[in-house]
Amino acid sequence: MISERDVLHIAELADIGIIREELDEFTGQFNDILDYFDILDQVEAGAGAETGLYNVFRDDEVVPSLPPDEILGNAGETEDGFFRAPRVM
Amino acid sequence: MGIFAFSAPDPCNAFITRIPEAEYGDGKLAGVSIAVKDNISTKGIPTTCGSKILEGYIPPYDAHVVELLRAEGAAIVGKTNMDEFGMGTTTENSAYGPTLNPADRERVPGGSSGGSAAAVASGMVAMALGTDTGGSIRCPAAFCGIVGMKPTYGRVSRYGLVAYANSLEQIGPMAANVPDISLLLQVLTCHDPRDSTSITAPYTHTPDPDIHGLKVGVPEEYFGKGVDPRVASIVWEGISLLERLGAEIITCRMPSMDYALAAYYVTCMSEASSNLARFDGVRYGPPADPKKQWHESFQERRRDGFGKEVRRRVMLGTFALSSGYYGKYYAKAQSARRNVAADFSRLFSEVDVLAGPTMPTIAFRVGEKSDPLSMYLSDILTVPANLAGVPAISVPCGKVDGMPVGLQIMGRWCADERVIDVAYAFEEGVSA
Repeated sequence: MISERDVLHIAELADIGIIREELDEFTGQFNDILDYFDILDQVEAGAGAETGLYNVFRDDEVVPSLPPDEILGNAGETEDGFFRAPRVM
Repeated sequence: MGIFAFSAPDPCNAFITRIPEAEYGDGKLAGVSIAVKDNISTKGIPTTCGSKILEGYIPPYDAHVVELLRAEGAAIVGKTNMDEFGMGTTTENSAYGPTLNPADRERVPGGSSGGSAAAVASGMVAMALGTDTGGSIRCPAAFCGIVGMKPTYGRVSRYGLVAYANSLEQIGPMAANVPDISLLLQVLTCHDPRDSTSITAPYTHTPDPDIHGLKVGVPEEYFGKGVDPRVASIVWEGISLLERLGAEIITCRMPSMDYALAAYYVTCMSEASSNLARFDGVRYGPPADPKKQWHESFQERRRDGFGKEVRRRVMLGTFALSSGYYGKYYAKAQSARRNVAADFSRLFSEVDVLAGPTMPTIAFRVGEKSDPLSMYLSDILTVPANLAGVPAISVPCGKVDGMPVGLQIMGRWCADERVIDVAYAFEEGVSA
């Protein structure tokens, strides 16, 4: 069983804001969905998803890229050719 | 050459953005109007993914598929409505309002490429692009009565597709008939070094309706619990038509269907939790408040910008990947996924294609699927092809209660040509 405290913890880990009024609804739905996922318990653990996959490498060559002003054009705040982000510290 | 202009309004809300005047060029698609799902980047045309968090975003580049369409003379006439970031089976879950089914506006068109399906089904455009992560092309094609195809994974470049679940999703064609699907696929399949999963396997085929001697497998699970008996019955009639056209019908089993849906949802949610971290209000979309602390600003932006289904999937994906739960959910889902692929390999050593219904029911009424789990369950018949990366098409197969039903044909990896031939034989057989 997932509790409301667990859902708040997951929201914090995921950096997803939720409001108090949604907590009860999300908690109930998470429990229903995770109960359904329990069907995976019958699957034997295997070697994982790696089989058949291989890395695709290419030479690291300089190729034209998009102009910086076009990249910055969709940003809310920029400064001296950089994105401006909220403070981290 | 020439100009496309919409002659009518958009009563089903199929479009988020319509281009007032779109120009045709020269090439294989000269004179063809094409609508593009709004999670595919279009230079200079807003691309929202059906989300408030990308309101006002104008991509500075075209997706590879859009470059290819333009190079062949198609007119890109607008961007179609969708469930936010592709997360849904109804196209009700869009920040720009629900799309309605042209066959009955009390019902949903299916999703998540519901806008593309409604635009083709109502005759607003000739063809459309959709994307299919777990059925998002085939479901709305079935519900709206058109043809929709998920190509083999890797055959169409995902460069410029706004990522939701990279290992599952493909861009694919939607149109009124199989020859149009084939024509569009000819244009879309082209190796692209900018997508590291892109393979070199151009589709140059012309549909051939001769299916004499073809072995068609019918998995019992596709007619199991949850499948509306009326849908099952009409799809069986369709399969009988394939038999009359010369195919051999062989019933078979696909035991991994027991847990395929759970494996699919754990995988797509996990991938979404990582992919959607880029929507932080810094580089695009309505901006975050730079005066606030990072986490506070980030959480507020995502609370206000994402709808509930997106937040639900990002949170559950984060949980499935978190320490202590990874082994129970994500790792098990990947083992299950390998079992699904193994089931397909075994079956395709005995038969040429697999057939069954695309969806277990006809289109839901608007508002009917309010509980997320019950909506997820309706994807059971479409997700196996995504888990295994194999091609699958939905082709119209009669009606139940006046609503269209889709016949699904799945094929071997990279045998998109065969899947299209069977769908073409069926389409020709129905109209004969």
